[in-house]
This record gives sequence, C-alpha cells and structure tokens, in this order.
Amino acid sequence: MNETPKQPLDRAIPAIDVTDLTMAYREKPVLWDVDFQAPQHQLMAIVGPNGAGKSTLIKSILGILKPAAGRVLVMGHQYRPESQLIGYVPQRGSVDWDFPTNVLDVVMMGRYGHLGWFRQPSKDDRKLAVECLEKVGMVDFMHRQISQLSGGQQQRVFIARAFIQDAPIYLMDEPFAGVDAATEKSIIVLLRELKTRGKTVVCVHHDLQTLKEYFDYVMLLNARAVALGPVDEVLTPENLRRCYGGRAAFLAGIDEARLGRGADNKS
Amino acid sequence: MSPHQIDVLVLASLVSLACALPGVFLVLRKVALMSDAISHAILFGIVIAFFVVKNLNSPLLVFGAAITGVLTVVLTELLINSGKLKKDAAIGLVFPLLFSLGVILLTRYAGDVHLDTQCVLFGEIAFAPFSRLIAGGRDWGPLATWVIAGVLVMNIVFIAAFYKELKLTTFDPGLAAALGFYPAVINYIFMTLISVTAVGAFELVGSILVVALMIAPPAAAYLLTDRLGHMLFVSAGMGVLSAISGYFMAQWLDASIAGSMATMSGVLFFLAFIFAPERGIVARSVVRKYEKWNFASETLAVHLLQAEQAHAEESESVVKHMNEHMLWNDEYTSEAIAQGLKDGLLKRDGNRLSLTKLGREKAKNSLSRD
Repeated sequence: MNETPKQPLDRAIPAIDVTDLTMAYREKPVLWDVDFQAPQHQLMAIVGPNGAGKSTLIKSILGILKPAAGRVLVMGHQYRPESQLIGYVPQRGSVDWDFPTNVLDVVMMGRYGHLGWFRQPSKDDRKLAVECLEKVGMVDFMHRQISQLSGGQQQRVFIARAFIQDAPIYLMDEPFAGVDAATEKSIIVLLRELKTRGKTVVCVHHDLQTLKEYFDYVMLLNARAVALGPVDEVLTPENLRRCYGGRAAFLAGIDEARLGRGADNKS
Repeated sequence: MSPHQIDVLVLASLVSLACALPGVFLVLRKVALMSDAISHAILFGIVIAFFVVKNLNSPLLVFGAAITGVLTVVLTELLINSGKLKKDAAIGLVFPLLFSLGVILLTRYAGDVHLDTQCVLFGEIAFAPFSRLIAGGRDWGPLATWVIAGVLVMNIVFIAAFYKELKLTTFDPGLAAALGFYPAVINYIFMTLISVTAVGAFELVGSILVVALMIAPPAAAYLLTDRLGHMLFVSAGMGVLSAISGYFMAQWLDASIAGSMATMSGVLFFLAFIFAPERGIVARSVVRKYEKWNFASETLAVHLLQAEQAHAEESESVVKHMNEHMLWNDEYTSEAIAQGLKDGLLKRDGNRLSLTKLGREKAKNSLSRD
C-alpha cells in the first residue's frame, strides 16, 4: 500500500474543506453557497431532510459532479481522483446487484484505483480482499453470487470494498440505509475502527436518534449549511428546526426526548 | 461443402462472435436498445461517406458510420439531459430521423448503386463471398471476411485491455468516477466500438438482425452464468451456435441466412430461458415446488411442537384429523406428511404423528427465528 501519496500530516488542515459551493441541476440549485469542513480523524455525519443535497455534496467533493461555483480542497489540495485520497461508498441501491459477479470480485474493485489503467488484480490484491472480508465478517460468503446477499450483507461487502481502498478519508452515502439493527451496530463498530486507525469518515445519515451515539461531528444541511460542529453543540432543537423547516412542530415535540436518550446511551 | 458454403459459414460465425462479445456489456449496461438505434442511424453516415468517396469498399465508410453512431448517443443524451424526454422516447426520436435521412439520400441520389434499402435491412451474407480480396495477384478470400475478422479482433483487444475498467464502469459508475476511471469517456469509446461493429455486420446481416446477434446471445449467457468472464465466453459460444445452426436451417428451408441466424439466436435464448440450471423456468418451478412442500412439512412440525408443549398431542397429532387442524385439503395434507416423513422430521406410529429429534430441533429453530 505504499502507492498512497505522501501528504503533509498537518492535523490542523481539514480533511475536506469546501468553500462557497453552489451546485445546480440545470437551473435548479441544489446546494447554495455551502461552506463545510471535515476535521481529520473524526466520524462525521451529514444530515438533513430528503432533497437537502447530501448525496450531491458528496459527489461534488469527489469531482463526480461539477460545481456551478465554489472550491473543494482535500487535505489542502485541489482534489484529483487519481490521488486515491478518498474512499467512496455509494448508496447500496445505486448498483445492480444482479450483475454477474461474486463477493470477492466486488471487494477487489476497491483496488482498481491503486492498480490504475490496464493492470489486472494480482494474487496480493486477492489476499487483501480476503482480509477485508474477514474484517467485516463476510469471508464465508466470498464466492457467493452477489444477488444472493441480504441488504445488510451487501452493505458489509461495500464496507469491505472501502477498507481495501485504504484511503485516509472515506465518504459514505447512507451506509445504514435498509439494514437491520444488528448490522447497523456491526457497521458502526467498523467505522469506529477506521477512526482509530486515523481515518476520517464522513457519512450521509438519516437517523437523528442515533446521531449522538454514532458520530463526533455533524453538519446539518438543507440546501445550505445550517450548522456544523461537534454533535453536542450542533444538535439543538433550534438548529433542527432551522434544518427541517416545515416539520418543526413534529421535531419540537420529539427532539427533547430523543436527544436526551441519545446522551444517556453515550454515557 | 462447397468453398462458397464454407466462406458463408465462416462469415456467419465471425459476425456472430463480433456482435456477441460487446453485446454482453450492452445487456449489462441496460442499453440494449442503443444497438438498435446505432445500427440504423449509421446508414446516414455510410451514405454521406459514400457520396464523398464514391466507393462502397472504402474504409471511410466505417469512419462515417462510427461518427454517426457516436452522434446518435450524443443526441440521445442531449435530449435526455434536457429533462423533457425519457430515455426510450429520446432513442425513438433520434435514430429514425438519422435512418430516414439516410434512406432519402439513398433513394434520391444513389438509385443504381449496390447499396439499396433491401440490403440495408436484411444484409447479403450469401453474396458477400463474391467480392474477393485480390492482392499481389492472389485471391485472399472474401473481403467481407477480412473486414469482420478485423472488427472481431478489435473487439477482443478492447475488451481484454479494458476488462477491469468496463466491468467497474458497468457495475458501479459512481465508484469508477471516484477512482478516476472516467465512465463517460469509456462509455463513448464503447459506443464507438458498437458503431464499428454494427457497420461491419450490417452489410452481412442487415441493420435489424444485427440487433438480435448483439442481444440474444448475451441475454442467454446472462441466464446461464454467474461471472462476467464466463458470460463473455458463453455469449460467444451462443453466437457461433446461432450462426451455424441458422446457416443449416436456412439451407434446409431454402430461406434467408441472416433471418435464420437471428431466429436461432432467439430459439437458443428461449431454451436457456426455460432450461437454465438455476434461473430457467423449469429449475425455478422445481425449487418453488420443493420450497412449498418443505414449508408445508415445516408448518406441520411447528404445529406438533406447539402441541407437545401444550401437552395436547392426544388431540392434535392424529393423522386422520391433521387436515382439520391445519385447514388443508386431504391431498395437500398427505403430501406434506409424506415430505415430513421423507425428510426425517416426523415419524408415524399407527394413526399418530410425532416429531423426530431432528424435527423438534428444526421446529424450534423456525420458531426462534425472527
């Protein structure tokens, strides 16, 4: 894994630094002048209502979508996919699980960035893939056709594929969507492991209830950046109301109780 | 077989192979219909190129076709990105336009040329061997064989060289983009390949039947395999099989060779659809039947376990009354009991059923699962 480019290990610079980012699909703006910093070595969540632009933000950081305005820096530099600084876990539903391939092969796809053009995966890549499958507890499934996996298993395969990318930063689009409670717990254990290995993990997340328990840092997003900071500071009823707008009444009723419970769980 | 027959058979096999390989990615990328669009739209490019060079055998025709193929893809995507049209409507608008422009030009200005609409639609594989490649005073075989063999080699080289990139951009374009593999660029290169393949094949089998050769073999292979690599080989095999069986069917019926090849590719697909080991209709109905009786016997086992736990075996385990307890008809009940006995879940003493050790475990297992 010595292909990973040397980066200045300056803890002061944010892993991801987005300034004045505006994104539009045709003339419809999805993100308005968003500022956003992800500090290094944190588990960070991006939350917000449906259509708030969470996936769009992730895709524009990755350079998959071109911003209408604004700047994205990754570890202090203009981001180029070839630098392999970011491991990406797309939404589970964004790929065709009937594709003719098996679990091991999907995990090895995470190595393609390191391999570059034309080179085929080697025995070492295969060994790495098996190791990553062991970490997520899916090694018994390595020869399984991917259409035979449950939702939780699919997600763990995706996490294994993120592990093998061995990037300092991970962007994950709803890693907890559609998985059962047990799988969710096992995934958060894996994400914490990434953090203890010095990685920065940014997840699009949906569940306000588990936010405090799972994440250190949070950004509330609704087309613009509503709030950003440590979970305890950001997750105030006032901020939530500003982020979720019309559903303020509903949230106001429950957030006190929920936030209280989240804090209990953590202690 | 006469040399002419062998020439035709070789041509048929080569054109099927050349179509079946890239067809795998058309099917997996869910853009199968783009092959229909491209194979028609290229007529426009061929005709324009023909007017420029006045020679049907010029390589420039391939060039014109390839450009039109890519143009079709670009125009279709522009229409889709306008947000006013869905993909199928966009495809349906672009290629008939280009095709009909080609037809107008052809009928208006090229009336006497060998390139006529009949040939465009159905190809002329039987006549292709008459046009020979003569070089250095020697006959090197049919020109068309060299052209389509060249297309086949190009396809094999491209797929081998970009195998990993094609796989990733097909399965997960998002990750491919994030890793720096430019899925859009690969898509355009791939569509150029499809255009060149279509122009090479269309002289032989026509613009409609080329679609069958690009879609049916991969679709059959998709049902028969679990891995992309295997799918490519099975698709190639299916293509050659359609070509050879189609050729002999045409001989036997004294009918169109290209039509027979396309028909056989469809027949082979339906055979795979019915008899494929795991995904075929037969295999799935067997599995479903097995699951049905498995479930029925498991239900019985759970019923007997509940009866045991409630100490109600006396009333609940009589074979004769089992149908009343379960609200099943007699036939279903006896079939379910037979399955349970066969699998060793149940045992029968006289007119009573009871659980075996295995049956008890399995029933407990079923109940504890949430």
